Amino acid sequence: MMNELLNVQALSVRVPIRSGEKMRSAAETVAPVTGFRLRQTASSRTILDDVSFSLAPGEHLCIVGPNGAGKSTIVNSIAQSIAYTGRITYLGRDLKEYRSVQLARILGVLSQSHEISYSFSVRELVRMGRYAYTPTIFSPRPADDEEKIDEALALTGLSGIQDRSVLTLSGGELQRVFLAQLFAQDPQILVLDEPANHLDLQYQMQLFSLLEKWLAKDTVLARGDAAAAPAQAQRAIISVVHDLSLAMTFADRVLLLHEGRVRGFGTPKEVLNRENLESIYGMDVYSWMNRLLSNWQSE
Amino acid sequence: MKHLRQDSFSPLTLGLFALVTAATLVFCVCTGSVSIPLSETVRVFARALSGRAQENTSAASIILNVRLPRVLCVLLTGSSLALCGASMQGLLKNSLADGSTLGVSTGASLGAALAIALGITLPGIPFAGTMVMAILFAFLSLIIILTLAYRLDYSLSTNTIILLGVIFSMFVSSILSLVITFASDKVKNIVFWTMGSLAGSSYLNALVLFLVLLICGTILLSLSRELNAFAIGESNARTIGVNVRRTKLIVLITVSVLIGVCVSIGGSIGFVGLVTPHMVRLITGPNHKRLMPACLFGGGTFLMLCDLVARVLLRPLELPIGVVTSLIGAVVFVVIYAKARR
Repeated sequence: MMNELLNVQALSVRVPIRSGEKMRSAAETVAPVTGFRLRQTASSRTILDDVSFSLAPGEHLCIVGPNGAGKSTIVNSIAQSIAYTGRITYLGRDLKEYRSVQLARILGVLSQSHEISYSFSVRELVRMGRYAYTPTIFSPRPADDEEKIDEALALTGLSGIQDRSVLTLSGGELQRVFLAQLFAQDPQILVLDEPANHLDLQYQMQLFSLLEKWLAKDTVLARGDAAAAPAQAQRAIISVVHDLSLAMTFADRVLLLHEGRVRGFGTPKEVLNRENLESIYGMDVYSWMNRLLSNWQSE
Repeated sequence: MKHLRQDSFSPLTLGLFALVTAATLVFCVCTGSVSIPLSETVRVFARALSGRAQENTSAASIILNVRLPRVLCVLLTGSSLALCGASMQGLLKNSLADGSTLGVSTGASLGAALAIALGITLPGIPFAGTMVMAILFAFLSLIIILTLAYRLDYSLSTNTIILLGVIFSMFVSSILSLVITFASDKVKNIVFWTMGSLAGSSYLNALVLFLVLLICGTILLSLSRELNAFAIGESNARTIGVNVRRTKLIVLITVSVLIGVCVSIGGSIGFVGLVTPHMVRLITGPNHKRLMPACLFGGGTFLMLCDLVARVLLRPLELPIGVVTSLIGAVVFVVIYAKARR
C-alpha cells in the first residue's frame, strides 16, 4: 500500500442507453457490478466493470485493449470528468476530496482529440497550463512561470512557432502544443490518452524518449523548487496506447482491458502473452507482429 | 525577453479606449434631430458639473433631460451586452453564442412582459419586479437551451446551438405576443420587446445599469483566465485546474442578471453581444484578458453609434435601435457562420 502513487479500486462506469441505440455486444448488456449491487436496468449499460489497479512511483503504466474496451473511460474517471463508482486515491486520499487546482498539480491529462475554435497563440495556450499555480487573480504569479513555459516549448520543439496561431497548426503540432501545456502544468502524474495519435514517427520516438526522461529522477524538466516536492511523491505516467508494440517496449506494467473488464495486469511480458491477446483480439497477434517486423530485418 | 509580452492591457491603452468612448458620448449628445454645437454642449456640461444653475434654454433641457440619460443608458447597455456576448462565446467555445442568438433576450422579454401584465412588483422599488422576472427568465432560458443542447449533442456544436436558439426564440416570441395581446393596455408594444428602444430613459435607469454592470462586469472580468480555458475546451479547462462547474454557474448567472436588467430597461436589442466581440477580437485576439475590457468600451461605443443612426437616419422619425443593430448584426452573423463552417 505504501508504494503506491495512485490506486484504483472497483472502478465501474455505467451510462444510460439512449433510445434507439442498439446494444452492441453481449458484455454491454450483462455484468452486475460486484460489491456495489447496482440494480441492472435495461436502460443502462456498463462501460467499466469493477476495474482495479495501482500505479507505483516512477512507473509507466500502459492501458491497452481493443476499441470499446473502456480505455478512455478510465482516463476520464481519473480526470474526474465523468461519474463513476469505486474509489480512486492518490497517496491514500480520494481524488474527489481534492480541489480542482490541487488536482491539477497532481495529475494532468492529455486528451485524444483537440478542436480549437479561437486563434490563441501557441504560447498563450501553453501558458494556460500554469493556471493551477496562480488560481485567483489576487495570487502572485510564480517568478519561474515564463521559464517553465520556455522549457516546455523547447522540450516539445515548439519554440520556433510559439507566436503562431493554434488554428494554423497540423494535428501533430497541435498534439505537441497540448503536451507542452501539460509539461508547463508540471503535475506528478501524466495521464495520456493515445499520445502517439497524429504524431509522425520521429515525434512518436521523441515523445516516448521524452516521457522516459521525464520519469527519471533528474529530468530535463528539473523542478525549480526541489524542496516543495515531497520525497515520496514521485512521478508516474499512465498512457492509453493502441499500438501493442509501444506498450511492449515502453511500459513497466500493462493493464489489458476487454469489454470493460480487466483481463490482465502486470509486466508487458506477463500480460501481453499469446493466449491473452488471441482470446481478446480474435487473431494470432504474435504471428502478425512478427510478420510486420520481419520485412524490416532484411538489412 | 521578447516573449515577456504582458497579456493584459497597459493603463495607457485602457485610457485611450476610455477617451474614444467619451468622445463618442459627447458626439452623440451633440447630434440629433436638433443639432447642438459642441461649444454649447460643453457649456451645459460644465455648468451641470460645477453645479451652477442652467440657463433656461432648450439646448440645456434637451441635453440634460433627454439626450444625456439616453446616451448613458445606451453606453451602459452596449457595454453590458458586449461583455455578455464575449463571456458566452468563451464559455461555450462557440463564436455565435450570444443573448440574442440563443434566445435568452427573448426569454428575458417574456419575463418582463409577464411581470408587467400580471402586475408583479416588489414593494418599495419601482421596476424591481420587472427586472427580477426578466433575470429569472433569462436564466431559465439559458438553462433550458443548454440542457437541451447537451442532451442532443454533447459537443455543443454551432449548428445545434443556433438551431435550438432559433426554435426557442420563436416559441417564446409567440408566448410573448400572446401576453401582449391580452394585456395591450399595460405592456409596451411588441416592437419594444423585439427590437428594443432606449428612448425616454432616465438617470435612474442609467444608475441601475451602472451599478449592475459594475458588479457583474467585475465578476466577469475577474474570470478572464477561466474563460480563456473554456474557449480552448471544457475538458482542457478541467485538466489545468479550473473549477468547471463553479465557473460555468457563475458566468451563466452573471450573464442572466446583466441581460435581464438590460432587457427590462431597453427591450431586447439584438446582435450587439454577437457583433462587438467579433470586431474587437480582430484587434485584440481571443485572449479574454484583452478581449473583455476592450468589449466593455467597444460595445458601448458601437451601440451609441447605432443609436445615433437610429435617431438621425430618418429624422424626425426615429427607428428602433434594434433595427440598426440587427441590420448590421445579421450581415456579420452570415459572414461569421460562413467562415466558421469553412
